Amino acid sequence: MTTRTVQFKIYRYDPDKDAKPYMQDISVELEPSDRKLLDALVRLKSVDDSISYRRSCREGVCGSDAMNINGKNGLACLTDIDSLKQPILLRPLPGLPVIRDLIVDMTQFFKQYHSIKPYVVNNSPAPEMERLQSPDEREELNGLYECILCACCSTSCPSFWWNPDKFVGPAGLLAAYRFIADTRDEATNERLDNLEDPYRLFRCHTIMNCVDVCPKHLNPTKAIGKIKELMVSRMV
Amino acid sequence: MVKRLAVGAHYGLRDWLAQRVTATVMAIYTVYMVVRVLSLPAFDNAAWRVLMSGSFTKFASFLFALALFYHAWVGVRDIWMDYVKPLSVRLILHVMTLLALVGYAGWVATILWRL
Repeated sequence: MTTRTVQFKIYRYDPDKDAKPYMQDISVELEPSDRKLLDALVRLKSVDDSISYRRSCREGVCGSDAMNINGKNGLACLTDIDSLKQPILLRPLPGLPVIRDLIVDMTQFFKQYHSIKPYVVNNSPAPEMERLQSPDEREELNGLYECILCACCSTSCPSFWWNPDKFVGPAGLLAAYRFIADTRDEATNERLDNLEDPYRLFRCHTIMNCVDVCPKHLNPTKAIGKIKELMVSRMV
Repeated sequence: MVKRLAVGAHYGLRDWLAQRVTATVMAIYTVYMVVRVLSLPAFDNAAWRVLMSGSFTKFASFLFALALFYHAWVGVRDIWMDYVKPLSVRLILHVMTLLALVGYAGWVATILWRL
């Protein structure tokens, strides 16, 4: 195999130097072993070391390298470079403040995540061994616990763009249902009370961008539907 | 003054549910009316008056109008909530929307029972 050149158009913004953001055209030579977009970004960094982005595990587990790739949110480490139309358009995740280049400030995202109390609440005395679940009860958590908090979903959600301070967002709501669905958790009612709000939960208009972009193939819309179902069942 | 953010109005479910229920009412009414109109003996004003002066059609049409206005209330309010940030402007728009829809409901009633 021979080396190949890949063209990029990258969002650049350094608040210390630039008055406003701009798009930079840049190309890079890839080695035959480079398969993912992140591989190309690592090469790019050796050409221009001022290009900034987050990355860590490089295998779709840590969620650090989420970015807007050709207009769609995704993880650079899971995206095949050959599947992308060139020039590859790279922008930071939409809707969050940009710190520099492709790095965004995730404070608002994590604030919403923490607001749903992402941990099991159980005030009963701990049993001698462990809090057991049946296989069926455990099954309910599949498709919920796998979220890596990359923020691809919430930052592709128009409702989150308009109200990031009030709407929990798909990632937070998926996590909320993960703990509502957990039979070891005793705070279901408090959790539902916490979400019964026109902004916190009901800003979701089932646009389903979240489902479209999730790199782990999770379905926040389905989880949100189940939260609403539970609210209906306790009201009617 | 420090700007504090307050959420937790503890409503939303009823409106969300109402939007689904009113949509179903409107869908059923649409089917009912299409069937009734297609089975009219003639497409003229006299046949239309006979159809619209039946008490069940009046009842169903009024129910449809109420469903439409409640549905519109939730939908339009959502637009104000998403896009209008200043609290006072949003409150004024909410009240104006509500008043207009209540007025329309009265207007529909007078039109329907005039026949």
